[in-house]
Amino acid sequence: MLATRLKTIPRTIALSAITLPLASCGEGVLDPQGPIGKAELILLCDAAAIMLPVVIPVILLTVCFAWWFRADNVRARYRPEWEYSGRIEMIVWSIPTLVIIFLGGIAWIGSHDLDPPRPIDSAVAPLEIDVVSLDWKWLFVYRHENVASVNQLVVPVGTPLRFRLTSASVMNSFFVPQLGSQIYTMAGMATRLNLQADRAGTYQGLSAQFSGDGFSDMRFQVVAVLADQFAAWLDTAKTSGGALDTAAYRAFAHPSKAVAPTTFAHVEPGLFETVLTGWTSAASHEEH
Amino acid sequence: MLGKLTWSAVPFDQPIIMITSGVIALVLFAILALVTVKGWWPYLWREWITSVDHKRIGVMYVLLALVMLVRGFADAIMMRSQLALAAGGAQGYLPPEHYDQIFSAHGTIMIFFVAMPIVIGLMNFAVPLQLGIRDVAFPVLNNVSFWLTAAGVLLVNLSLFVGEFARTGWLGYPPLSEIAYSPGVGVDYYLWSLQISGLGTLLSGINLTTTILKLRARGMGYMRMPVFCWTALASNLLIVAAFPVLTATFAMLLLDRYCGFHFFTNDAGGNPMMYINLIWIWGHPEVYILILPAFGVFSEVVATFAGKPLFGYRSMVMATMVICVLSFVVWLHHFFTMGAGANVNAFFGMMTMIIAVPTGVKVFNWLFTLYGGRIRFTVPVYWTLGFMVTFVIGGMTGVLMAIPPADFVLHNSLFLIAHFHNTAIGGVLFGAMAGYTYWFPKAFGFKLDERLGKAVFWCWFIGFYLAFMPLYVLGLLGATRRMQHYPDAHWQPLMLVALAGAVLILCGIGLTVVQLVHSIRTREQRRDRTGDPWNGRTLEWSIPSPPPAWNFAQLPRIESNDAYWAMKQGAHGVEPPAAHSHAPLHLPPSNPTGVLLAFFSVVLGFALIWHIWWMAIIGLLGAVAVGLVQAWRPDHEVVIPADQIAAFYGRQAAEEIAA
Ligand code: HEM
Ligand SMILES: [Cu+2]
Repeated sequence: MLATRLKTIPRTIALSAITLPLASCGEGVLDPQGPIGKAELILLCDAAAIMLPVVIPVILLTVCFAWWFRADNVRARYRPEWEYSGRIEMIVWSIPTLVIIFLGGIAWIGSHDLDPPRPIDSAVAPLEIDVVSLDWKWLFVYRHENVASVNQLVVPVGTPLRFRLTSASVMNSFFVPQLGSQIYTMAGMATRLNLQADRAGTYQGLSAQFSGDGFSDMRFQVVAVLADQFAAWLDTAKTSGGALDTAAYRAFAHPSKAVAPTTFAHVEPGLFETVLTGWTSAASHEEH
Repeated sequence: MLGKLTWSAVPFDQPIIMITSGVIALVLFAILALVTVKGWWPYLWREWITSVDHKRIGVMYVLLALVMLVRGFADAIMMRSQLALAAGGAQGYLPPEHYDQIFSAHGTIMIFFVAMPIVIGLMNFAVPLQLGIRDVAFPVLNNVSFWLTAAGVLLVNLSLFVGEFARTGWLGYPPLSEIAYSPGVGVDYYLWSLQISGLGTLLSGINLTTTILKLRARGMGYMRMPVFCWTALASNLLIVAAFPVLTATFAMLLLDRYCGFHFFTNDAGGNPMMYINLIWIWGHPEVYILILPAFGVFSEVVATFAGKPLFGYRSMVMATMVICVLSFVVWLHHFFTMGAGANVNAFFGMMTMIIAVPTGVKVFNWLFTLYGGRIRFTVPVYWTLGFMVTFVIGGMTGVLMAIPPADFVLHNSLFLIAHFHNTAIGGVLFGAMAGYTYWFPKAFGFKLDERLGKAVFWCWFIGFYLAFMPLYVLGLLGATRRMQHYPDAHWQPLMLVALAGAVLILCGIGLTVVQLVHSIRTREQRRDRTGDPWNGRTLEWSIPSPPPAWNFAQLPRIESNDAYWAMKQGAHGVEPPAAHSHAPLHLPPSNPTGVLLAFFSVVLGFALIWHIWWMAIIGLLGAVAVGLVQAWRPDHEVVIPADQIAAFYGRQAAEEIAA
């Protein structure tokens, strides 16, 4: 991945320049807990490190030139006719061009390496999760386990997480800052995303795309636990939760705000596909 | 009879709104009463409201924008104080139904009714003067454009008291903005006011494009145009190309909402993503429509006050036109996170970065214009230096987000909010303030107060950094935009800093008013009797301040760049126009078409919003009738006799000698 490809000293400087003031806050994008988030933070810092050596001098030069060439500075040389210099013009076009060539390369490689649908290389078998955003809560269906969870996503540490996402109403964006990439959920369309949590812990998740009055409470927690704890959680969910059949889903889909986390035991097979394709059938009209 | 309109549309139960409405109504009433009592109506009607003089129209645009800045800022400070309070479990004082309207109104107003009119106003005022001509290509149309914009403004503000505004953000993404999820009139207010004002903007774009392409002083080839005219050309070309897309997109959403179509609905084969593509095909050029004229202002200011020609004029022109073209092939960077695929994302990311090259070139060229100059630190120079320092930061964060994987974690965060305010305030607004201060003496014949002007600058400059630098940090910490409250109590200190910044900006806005009032009251001491208060370089400074209705008695012939500077350096100096014998001039008379059209479009828009069909028919017929009457009007012009012109220049010369 990029992490190993671009090891530069400026990166360390930029990293500390950006993160030092925030070191105490260990959260969000600056404190990634998985390979995707880490790679993206490094990319961010690399890009900043490439641009800052141009940006900072420009700021300083602006101040210096303006100060030195102030009207009452008799020592500054006034050149009222000076308006062109081929050499400077060339430098002026080439500095930004070089910077952009660098960054363009990074962007191209990064876009491919970190493309959300791209599976994470790992010896561990991935966990497949279907995500449905509703007004105004998140439904997470563990596809092969037949279990669903609302506003809480429990995942095993070190396991690639393979998401399919859609929306049961308006657009939302599924985002866990500490794990990396966000992706939109859109009705009638399935987007894909791959993430992984490397360390046990609780990470904030949210919707990053405004979706109406209950938007601010569309928060969820990602609880990353060890494999055996995850298995135990699955067992509890399977035995304790209610069933999620068509009728239960209909009731659940009604708009509601700040919904407390719950689980469902028996999820009707093909629920995700039904939500995804339901828009083409006439029945979908009644759902709102 | 009244469609969906009932008494319940007026929010009697909302004290904040009712008090605001009351105060606004009182102020309006007071102004109207004053105008009536003083008997100013005939003057206002003749000389301003129906004026087809590009200078007057420019001034009215800027005035409209400044008034709306107050409204847009009121929304901003409400959001800032809400977010300063609503931390941890707290809900603040604005419930979501209200808060969502506020950020939607703020964004809509700031872009369409502050930034657009101020930029169009400056172009309207300065472009014909810089080109050395008497008016724009279509003077009546110019007045129509202004009044259509004003009609949009009226409708947006009406939504405050009658009904509600959209709760869908400044771009109204479907499916949220579809009737299924937004059944109220808010989105309709949004759509109709932008349709009406958008038409005005398109007409104004056509007008200025034609003017610049077809009407220039003799001898003014393209490569002798002042840079501001170049940026205005680029900006108006973008308007002509982009605004029809906006109108068509909104028209489709309106069909969805009113006639049960399914362009962008979730069901029946609609595709909301199509709207997102279309709106950004307009939206990205829009940001360059706003920033390019600001770049033009900075170019004029730097050259004038450094006392030397703009460095690398050809580079500047080329950079402007490259930006103009490239701005149409980057729109997808607004939704890298919709899963377009690696190749598509990477392509649009790289195109976006390429735009940074000509922009960087511009910054360097301003830098080398300063180099070797003899810089006078006037207020416009403050704004320009503040811009150069601030804008490169905004540019850098913009390029950061152009890298798709970086955008995956920054998209829709407060980092993004910080980025675009960094460019909107540090670029467009600073540019507008620079232009306002720079051309004010040309428009009114006296300079604005320098000391207060510098105070205004410092308030905005420091206020901006306080208000928006914390948002960069908050965005990195995982704070998203448009949230009405947040659980993370430790974000609150940064939110408080941001509020302090907004309060400082409030002082800046207040001081702008103080500066204006104070300068008007002491105008006799700050009179500009030469017409050239800044020792300028372009043609607008070669005529008296304020310029006569005809701008130039003799149309100038120019031989180089920086035409007026060259005349001043030339062997003969500048010949005073009074020395010539004058021929009578023909000018278009004032014309009420614009204000009448605006009246009927407000009626039409209001009726459509509330489904009052009979009233909509009246509005439509009225608008058509006004158009027909205008089309068949007798074609007469106002003739200004030669002796009146001679007398004007005689007076002017006497004043100059006296001063
Ligand atoms: C004068 C000082 C200003 C302040 C304090 C301010 C503050 C804000 C705040 C707090 C938000 C909401 C951020 C969020 O979603 O959480 C916002 C959004 C926005 N602002 Fe400003 N703003 C200012 C000026 C401007 C200007 C000059 C422009 C444009 C020319 C502008 C354009 C926007 C837009 C387009 C949005 C997005 C609205 C949306 O989310 O739909 N603002 N601003
Ligand atoms: Cu853009």
